[in-house]
Amino acid sequence: MAYKILEKEEIAPSVHRMIIDAPDIAKAAKAGQFIILRIDERGERVPLTIADFEKETGKVAIIFQEMGKSTKQLAKLSAGDFLEDFVGPLGNPADVRKLGTVILVGGGVGVAPIYPQAKAYRSAGNKVISIIGARNKDLLLLEEEMREASSELYIATDDGSKGQHGFVTDILKKILDSGEKVARVVIVGPPIMMKVGTGVASPYDVEIIVSLNSIMVDGTGMCGGCRVMVDGETKFTCIDGPEFDARKVDFVQLMNRLAMYRGEEAKAVEKYEEECRCGLH
Amino acid sequence: MEELHEEKQGKAKKERTPMPEQPAEERIKNFSEVALGYSKEDALAEASRCLSCKDPKCVEGCPVNVDIPGFIKLVSEENFEEAIEKIKATNTLPAICGRVCPQETQCEALCVLGKKGQPVAIGRLERFCADYEREKGVKDPEAMTPTGKKVAVVGSGPAGLTAAADLAKLGHKVTIFESLHKAGGVLSYGIPEFRLPKEIVRQELEYIKKLGVEVKPNYIIGRIKTLDELCDDFDAVFLGTGAGLPNFMGIEGENLNGVYSANEFLTRVNLMKAYDPEYDTMVRHGKHVLVVGGGNVAMDAARSALRLGAEEVSIVYRRGEDEMPARREEIEHAKEEGIIFRLLTNPVHILGDEKFNVTGVECIKMELGEADKSGRRSPVPVEGSEFLVPADVVVIAIGTSPNPIIFKGSEGLEQNKRGTVVADEETGATSKCGVFAGGDVVTGAATVISAMGAGKKSAKAIDEYLKEK
Ligand SMILES: Cc1cc2nc3c(=O)[nH]c(=O)nc-3n(C[C@H](O)[C@H](O)[C@H](O)COP(=O)(O)OP(=O)(O)OC[C@H]3O[C@@H](n4cnc5c(N)ncnc54)[C@H](O)[C@@H]3O)c2cc1C
Ligand SMILES: Cc1cc2nc3c(=O)[nH]c(=O)nc-3n(C[C@H](O)[C@H](O)[C@H](O)COP(=O)(O)OP(=O)(O)OC[C@H]3O[C@@H](n4cnc5c(N)ncnc54)[C@H](O)[C@@H]3O)c2cc1C
Ligand code: SF4
Ligand code: SF4
Ligand code: FES
Repeated sequence: MAYKILEKEEIAPSVHRMIIDAPDIAKAAKAGQFIILRIDERGERVPLTIADFEKETGKVAIIFQEMGKSTKQLAKLSAGDFLEDFVGPLGNPADVRKLGTVILVGGGVGVAPIYPQAKAYRSAGNKVISIIGARNKDLLLLEEEMREASSELYIATDDGSKGQHGFVTDILKKILDSGEKVARVVIVGPPIMMKVGTGVASPYDVEIIVSLNSIMVDGTGMCGGCRVMVDGETKFTCIDGPEFDARKVDFVQLMNRLAMYRGEEAKAVEKYEEECRCGLH
Repeated sequence: MEELHEEKQGKAKKERTPMPEQPAEERIKNFSEVALGYSKEDALAEASRCLSCKDPKCVEGCPVNVDIPGFIKLVSEENFEEAIEKIKATNTLPAICGRVCPQETQCEALCVLGKKGQPVAIGRLERFCADYEREKGVKDPEAMTPTGKKVAVVGSGPAGLTAAADLAKLGHKVTIFESLHKAGGVLSYGIPEFRLPKEIVRQELEYIKKLGVEVKPNYIIGRIKTLDELCDDFDAVFLGTGAGLPNFMGIEGENLNGVYSANEFLTRVNLMKAYDPEYDTMVRHGKHVLVVGGGNVAMDAARSALRLGAEEVSIVYRRGEDEMPARREEIEHAKEEGIIFRLLTNPVHILGDEKFNVTGVECIKMELGEADKSGRRSPVPVEGSEFLVPADVVVIAIGTSPNPIIFKGSEGLEQNKRGTVVADEETGATSKCGVFAGGDVVTGAATVISAMGAGKKSAKAIDEYLKEK
């Protein structure tokens, strides 16, 4: 079984967009779901959000940031290459309904998962206010796509090279303070951003939803590796989530669990880069 | 009668023929198979112990009723080809069952020789025949006349594989849908290489493909297609989705880094070969590993941890050794390998450091109280007997529940309280028309052979259903 890479593009430094030929998944996918891929027989199972999909053509898009060995290796593949495994759609679809006004907050590579949600919330009849951010303007993802998919788009960069100087959460607070009636805030990005964003929005009378990115193996409820504490109870991100009521999530535990293999991951990258220098890859 | 047999065969050997094994101090350094298998001489010696009983009790103990005296007689006549044919008439996966069946509670438990001495080593003989056939090269199956009917099998564990093989032999077009990237179910992701070499599972799968069965990995029913949609696309459906959802204890510290479910630990080690540096799979190699549970799963996790290089591995089990549900042989092997058994002990609390890493487990001593409904004496904690076991990896192996995704988005499939599917014991028929189920998804975590038996019964019932349809 192999899955063909149809297109590949570096959309920001070390951030890539790939389009995979996966008709069964494209047909079944909904916003908020993810896939798990394996590059080859020896590879890890890597979970990535479905960034876009087309039922008619059978295409599924993923956007990933080079983090460790697997994503660096993935970045080396090009159109025409094959992935060994590509399974999905996993996780529950985002709970998209007509609610009124919805704020979508995406940081870093978290903008990728926000994009299909923006489209879905919009076509469900909501006013979609999107806030996207990155460290600097070069790292900002999908600006044009997001502008088109949203009713309003705000941008923040840490260094002020584009949009507002500061964090997406600053803009979130401003909008919530403006008195605009907001039904729901959806935050997707690095755990620390989701934690801070949740803190900012919590005092307001608004639903807050986050999409978690725990470490996963199977994505079908079989390993329990993805467990998170929600409202004092252990939940499996892959089958109970990935979306959860943000106020109830134990973000500190999530961050701690994501650090599980940090030492080994660093070594894997070192070994991989050494092998690359020696021309093994 | 027994006496007569013994006289006839001269001095029948009382002791069963030992299984050649890798020595414990060697095998804890590798993942190769522990039991090496009988030689021809071993097999002949062991086969000669069988009394060819007229009313063989052993057969009743086997969930699929293998003709045990029949095949053993053929072994003693050195007619190994026919011996394996005889086994395969009822058991499609003898190389696997010979290795992993809990023989001591099934076929061998009822062998008459067991009354006074040691029972015939039926499992080992079965394995010998299957390995003999594999070395010779398995004959390709003959082509069937297609019936034009299509059957979907969900899950590729022993239940699904058996149902698929039997249905294909009857001429139905079978497609297996499997959510993982590799087929085999627990045979692939759970039971370790040192007990069941994956090459054997691979060859069984090859054979099933040669029967014309199509296997679709990475295909999750309940996500890509619902069960309802599957029912529309196929004439019948067999569910063999197993019981793979891990239970946790719900004690403090269970989410610390270094605490694994047995499923995660074993999947990383077996399916994704974390022991092989050529693979990218991460797993914590603990120095002090503690495994909670007393079944095969616990033994497998403990012995895998040892092979990953742990200095000390202990098993914590709340009852006594006699109550342990694991195969006898696995308990013996684990002991030989130096696994520490902390019996009548239960974990109460897992401790960690400021970096969220597990550092130890607080345990409490238990004593056996009154017998419960199942006849087992239930353990009760001994107050004030808490003690600390240092550990940097903890594996929880206290049972599993049915895999949940199959139920998403479909209607009319009756489940009972424990989440298992309600199915007719004889046919596997469920409350949903055209849907049959068998194996762990119906019984809860059980055995390979019972899953196979259920797959077989369902295949027969599905065939009848399709004829009437
Ligand atoms: C549901 C879900 C959706 C995701 N969507 C995206 C996405 O759209 N784009 C994107 O760039 N990233 C996404 N991620 C994160 C992505 O899976 C990790 O960045 C990737 O696995 C890192 O692998 P690596 O080998 O390159 O890096 P590593 O060096 O292995 O790890 C870098 C960091 O990634 C995390 N990580 C490692 N292994 C896993 C794993 N098996 N599962 C989850 N996280 C892991 C850890 O925090 C780790 O510290 C998502 C994760 C989840 C769970
Ligand atoms: C570590 C371990 C050791 C064991 N040791 C022994 C032993 O020594 N002897 C013994 O007799 N028994 C043993 N058992 C028990 C035995 O393996 C099981 O009882 C048996 O495998 C059950 O078979 P099954 O076909 O019902 O399910 P499984 O083997 O669990 O297979 C189910 C398959 O269905 C797939 N699936 C689930 N949901 C879906 C879905 N929605 N769509 C597609 N596919 C799906 C799963 O990925 C899996 O591959 C052991 C179990 C474990 C975990
Ligand atoms: S299949 Fe299992 S129970 Fe039956 S005879 Fe073989 S080893 Fe014994
Ligand atoms: S295996 Fe035991 S019970 Fe079965 S026929 Fe032989 S001696 Fe009799
Ligand atoms: S990823 Fe294995 S249970 Fe969620």
